[in-house]
Order: sequence, then structure tokens, then C-alpha cells
Amino acid sequence: MLLIRCPWCGEREETEFRYGGQAHIATPRSDVDDASWARFLFHRDNPAGPFAERWVHIHGCRRWFHIVRDTLTHDITRSYLPSESPEDAG
Amino acid sequence: MADSEGMAVRLQSLPQATQVGFRVTLASQMSAANALGIPALPGVNRFIGAGGLLVLWLGPDEWLLIAPDGMVEWESRLRNAIGADQGAVVDVSANRVGFELSGPAARDVLASCCALDLHPRAFGPGGCGQTLIAKAQVILAQTDLETYRILVRPSFANYVAAWLEDGVAGVQGHAKADL
Ligand SMILES: [Zn+2]
Repeated sequence: MLLIRCPWCGEREETEFRYGGQAHIATPRSDVDDASWARFLFHRDNPAGPFAERWVHIHGCRRWFHIVRDTLTHDITRSYLPSESPEDAG
Repeated sequence: MADSEGMAVRLQSLPQATQVGFRVTLASQMSAANALGIPALPGVNRFIGAGGLLVLWLGPDEWLLIAPDGMVEWESRLRNAIGADQGAVVDVSANRVGFELSGPAARDVLASCCALDLHPRAFGPGGCGQTLIAKAQVILAQTDLETYRILVRPSFANYVAAWLEDGVAGVQGHAKADL
């Protein structure tokens, strides 16, 4: 069980959240070629280590946010608003 | 639902109430507070009780007003105070039913089915949060040292009551064993 810090509500148990996949994926322009569109839709990083990902506090405030989680240790080093980048989050 | 008089904990269902959910921009939050007769809207994980009303923080720009049953005028009062382009106000009275869990062992009962940290160092009177009781979403508010109000969607009410009653039975079992 992870203890996840919602940037608004504070630390809550993982069961209050839903996972939203890799963070910071920009939607490409609609006129890009098929290969670029397919990369956007289907290709995700799968690092062994720190990973920026989206979560939603579905049973709490229902807001989306980002965390940086180490996929090897589950250590969560950052929790930040979608408007922030992982670098400037504390 | 059985009330358990004189026991370490008591669970009862609360009467129907008027409930109004509202989201409001920073610019109009003071107007909303003025309309509600409170100095400011409650902050993160807090609620305010004043003049028979409860105002609960639900999210960064979202609150829930609980007023006595039938006071449907709060919807238009809040909408007028907030302004049409500064937020949204919706009567959600039928959205949730209320329980009250009270007594010295109330926190122990909640500990049996709710993972929210209710220890006084993390929570206390005036605290509220949206969380889970077993697998059902609830709004939980601590109204005094030994009393919690639980708001749950009607279709989950029996499920939540069963979990709470099971917790009550557990606490009372321990109380008997201690005699
Ligand atoms: Zn939250």
C-alpha cells in the first residue's frame, strides 16, 4: 500500500486514488503523421527508477496531480500540481 | 437502526438536510462567505458550523453547504452572492444521507473501516475529509471531541451502516470483556 500525498488534501492511502499513466505527455497537432500519432497514443516510457506519473484523488477532492515515483523502490520523491514541472516542484 | 444508549459509542441516522454544492473562484469566495454569515470559507480539510449551517471544504475551489431540511433558498442565495460567471451552485440534497457516530469509542469504530488518520495530531473537531469507509466514498466531519458526521450516497448507506455497526459491536465486545 502506497501513502500518496495529494497536493491539496495531504497524505492518503493508495485506495483513494486512481492511476493515470505517464505524466507530461503533450498532445501533438492533429496533422502529424501516423507514426507520431501512434507514438503519442501507445508509446510510454518504462524506466527502472524515478517516473513522473499522473494520479487522480478519485475518492477525495477528485483533482488530478503528478508524483515522481521510483518504480524500483516505490519511493515517492515529489507530489506537484499539473501546472508545475517535476523540476520546480518541492 | 438500533441506537445503543449508554454504550461507549452510538450510531444514529440524521434527518434529511438541504445540501448545496458550490464551486467558486478566488474573487468571489469572500462574497460567498458573507452570504453564509462566516468570516471566510473554511480552508483545506476543515469545516465551519455557524447559525445552524455547516460549510465543508471539499476541494481547492469547492465546498458543500448543509442546511436544515427545506431551506432550498440557499441555492439561489449563494448563486446571487457568487455571480453567474464566478462559479457554480447546485442543490445536491438527495445526493447523500447522514449518520452520526458519537461516544468515547467513536474513533475506534472508524479505525475498523476507515484509513483516514483521525488521531488528534492529524485530525480533530472542525476537521473534515472525503475518504473511504470500507469501499464506499464518504464525507467525514468531526463535530466535537467524540462525534463524527458521515455523509454517504444513499445506495451505499446500508453498506456503510453495516460496517459501522460491526465496528460498534466489536468495541462493545471489548468493553464487556474488560468488565
Ligand atoms: Zn485530494
